[in-house]
Amino acid sequence: MTHILVILETRDGVLRPSSLEAVGAARIAVDGLGGGTVTALACEKFSADASSLGNAGADKVLIASAIEHSADGAALTAARVAKELEASAVFLSATVRGKDLCGRLAAALESGFAADCTSAHTNGGSLSFTRPIYGGKALQTIQVNGPVVVASLRPNYFSSAERGGEAVVEETSAESGKGRVVKIAAKEGGRPDVAEANRVVSGGRGMGGESAWHLLEAVSDALPGSALGASRAVVDSGWRPHSEQVGQTGKVVAPELYIACGISGAIQHLAGMNGSQCIVAINKDADAPIFQHATYGIVGDVAEILPVLAEELAKVTE
Amino acid sequence: MNIITFVKRVPSTTTRVLIKDDNALDPTGVEFVLNPYDEFAIEEAIQQKEKSGDGHILVMSFGSADSQKELRTALAMGADEALLLQNPDAPNADGATTARTLTAAVKEREFDLLLFGKQSVDKDQHGVGPAVATALGIPCITEVTKLDITDGTVHAEREVEGGREIIEAPLPCAITCQKGLNQPRFASLKGIMAAKRKTLDIVETDMGTPLVEVLKMEMPPERPAGRILGEGVAAVPALITALKEEAKVL
Repeated sequence: MTHILVILETRDGVLRPSSLEAVGAARIAVDGLGGGTVTALACEKFSADASSLGNAGADKVLIASAIEHSADGAALTAARVAKELEASAVFLSATVRGKDLCGRLAAALESGFAADCTSAHTNGGSLSFTRPIYGGKALQTIQVNGPVVVASLRPNYFSSAERGGEAVVEETSAESGKGRVVKIAAKEGGRPDVAEANRVVSGGRGMGGESAWHLLEAVSDALPGSALGASRAVVDSGWRPHSEQVGQTGKVVAPELYIACGISGAIQHLAGMNGSQCIVAINKDADAPIFQHATYGIVGDVAEILPVLAEELAKVTE
Repeated sequence: MNIITFVKRVPSTTTRVLIKDDNALDPTGVEFVLNPYDEFAIEEAIQQKEKSGDGHILVMSFGSADSQKELRTALAMGADEALLLQNPDAPNADGATTARTLTAAVKEREFDLLLFGKQSVDKDQHGVGPAVATALGIPCITEVTKLDITDGTVHAEREVEGGREIIEAPLPCAITCQKGLNQPRFASLKGIMAAKRKTLDIVETDMGTPLVEVLKMEMPPERPAGRILGEGVAAVPALITALKEEAKVL
């Protein structure tokens, strides 16, 4: 019987949406390997919704009520639980915290890890993973050797199992760590993070300057749940913060809809957004490489097009 | 303060990637550079050493013989001494195997602070720093954009999805560096000359059985060809229709 442990990520007692995707991926993997158990573990205080986690694919939820978040404490707790359960794999979301925990867990379990995977396979009775490398310019399929397969899964690439049912919720003890999070400051502006958003409105140097960003904000306001993104040139010019940078040295995103405005399409930017389901490019240069990668393109001036786009989108999304 | 910082030789982000034999990077025509995130780690090492008044910076790499170039760059920027853990297969090593190899070398040395880039821009695993720290039993703070060390306590800031975390940990500690932490200096001519006289040790290093096996490497699927809907404002209604009816994303 296969047993996969999923590490849930919570903040202020609220589950991150990508954790349900990791639970769903674990369910599919367990079923693909001939059946077994999916246990989800929260390493912080959290009031678990037994039906949403059960629906996502978890049989059991363990809550280790650590008083404060500590990454090394969470790694110790997760490693101990993985050993207690004799888990054959541990899945996490490839968020900032998840990527951090992935390396730690592999070391604690003396195993290898597969980071930031975009698909999981169970052919031949063993787990393998496909993951982008070189910022998405190539893909590798790998198999982890070692006692426990540790894998982090990129947000927006997996989905909850949607199978109904309730998970059994139990408590477990939490290990303490040496490092601790003493404060979390919420992001201002109310928009989701660009790496997690399902829709992204992104701007490049072709926007002309930071004063033009209200045009992108208006489009984003008309698209519920959307985040703002930026090209490296924009961030290097100091127009926008690095947290918004999309590309090989920024964030790699895969939303349903990516609207690239005034972005020419440098190779390192394309690598960071090529996984998007639908790409719209708006650029005045008809020869810009971005048009080779876009699903839909409009040739023209962003300053004229964006206000009209915002207005028309608002009519549809209202 | 005794600092060890870690560097890797990687393909430049502006380079096009091609695959050889379905399982490795074809290095033909590829420009290799010092991993950009490692530049933040080297710069931070220099600044923390200056701030503490005295100390020593060892720069370490697990790499092939070619990695001497990146180590020399780190020495030219201001590191005191370099160590190359040399293995011709190192460029293809996975993060866990790299971490295991580095851990063995770090264990033999005294240190207060380990500084890593938050990821190398080749295999993008983000895991070497946290894995080395865990194996050594010391705390690690990843993707740091602000760092202050006072009286043996590390105060760091990092961005997480939708927020910022302020984290504290005692020394010895490992840090992985994110863009924004500092502005890496360019090596001066004086630095480059001085680097030639600094020690660069080369130790042939066995990496044991790799913890990850690469089954296949391939190019990502080509996106289906898109289409230009028109020019200017007049094309907006066609775009809305396409997003709604065809792509079904509205």
